[in-house]
Amino acid sequence: MSRQSNRSTDSKKMNSELFTLTYGALVTQLCKDYENDEEVNKQLDKMGYNIGVRLIEDFLARSSVGRCHDFRETADVIAKVAFKMYLGITPSVTNWSPAGDEFSLILESNPLVDFVELPDNHSTLIYSNLLCGVLRGALEMVQMAVDVRFAQDTLRGDNVTEIRMKFIKRIEENLPAGDE
Amino acid sequence: MADDVLFEFLHMEIMSYVYKEPRMRDDPDTERVTGLSILEGMGFRVGQGLTDRFTKDYPTFKDELDIMKFLCKDFWSSIFRKQIDNLRTNHQGTYVLQDNTFALLTQISSGKQHLEEAPKYLAFPCGLLRGALSSLGLESLVSAEVALMPSTDPVHGREALVNVDQRSLPAEPVHIIPRGPKNFRN
Repeated sequence: MSRQSNRSTDSKKMNSELFTLTYGALVTQLCKDYENDEEVNKQLDKMGYNIGVRLIEDFLARSSVGRCHDFRETADVIAKVAFKMYLGITPSVTNWSPAGDEFSLILESNPLVDFVELPDNHSTLIYSNLLCGVLRGALEMVQMAVDVRFAQDTLRGDNVTEIRMKFIKRIEENLPAGDE
Repeated sequence: MADDVLFEFLHMEIMSYVYKEPRMRDDPDTERVTGLSILEGMGFRVGQGLTDRFTKDYPTFKDELDIMKFLCKDFWSSIFRKQIDNLRTNHQGTYVLQDNTFALLTQISSGKQHLEEAPKYLAFPCGLLRGALSSLGLESLVSAEVALMPSTDPVHGREALVNVDQRSLPAEPVHIIPRGPKNFRN
């Protein structure tokens, strides 16, 4: 029966589509709830942050990567291990600043935007902004304060999607304060 | 690829968001129902979209039971990495799908007070099912309950009562009325 063939590939495909479609439903809901794109972008970043601070534990457990010695190593781990693990893509790491504290992740394709087109009245929406929050939250949990933002976005007409990451400072390890 | 974990984290975050939306804070009951409808509605759209794409090249289903088998096996396992454990029907349009270790509930502890929260976790999956059925041409009402198996080692059980009714149903979104936890003797 043709239905039986390629079931595992179909399952995998549907699984990643589940995330993509759910993300799309979230963005749609946020656009309904908030009047302007800036608010939606902020909310996406916040939600991403909440996910990131938890996701890092899952990542460390699954990947067993050790502590990164410098920002370059961090960049490689993010691109080659983390993105591959969770989104099935391997962005390239480029455009290092001379001081070595800033780099770009270039995504040839962005799985989040697979079925998405931005309508005209949402030209300032950073659709994938959740990713910035996730990266920021995850890195904060490993003592790195970073600034993450989209420099290019295929949804807004650019050829590629570019995420710019800048190292701000190392966070001194605090004793757990039990906050939540 | 660990994208199922991503989905679980996203789902939890969506749940927190939906329940702390300021506009619904006045009346706790309104908040709960509206939050559930939003979640269910999101699940519905996602379920429709997923099923549309998944079954694009499938041969047509023979009958209702064939559709239910698809949901229990292919659909459920591609989303929750396992098949439905048990399917029952009264052969009159009502189906009960049982999942004994429902993935989205494994995070919450088995204490009774947490069972109150469980319906919130079920709204999106109910929507997924209702959306999938809709994409396959069936209108339905999907509701779910969480039952704790009475034993020394409680297992999270979850039953979804799927009532498939091909007479026309009202077009407004289904409001899931969460049922309270079943009473168990300790």
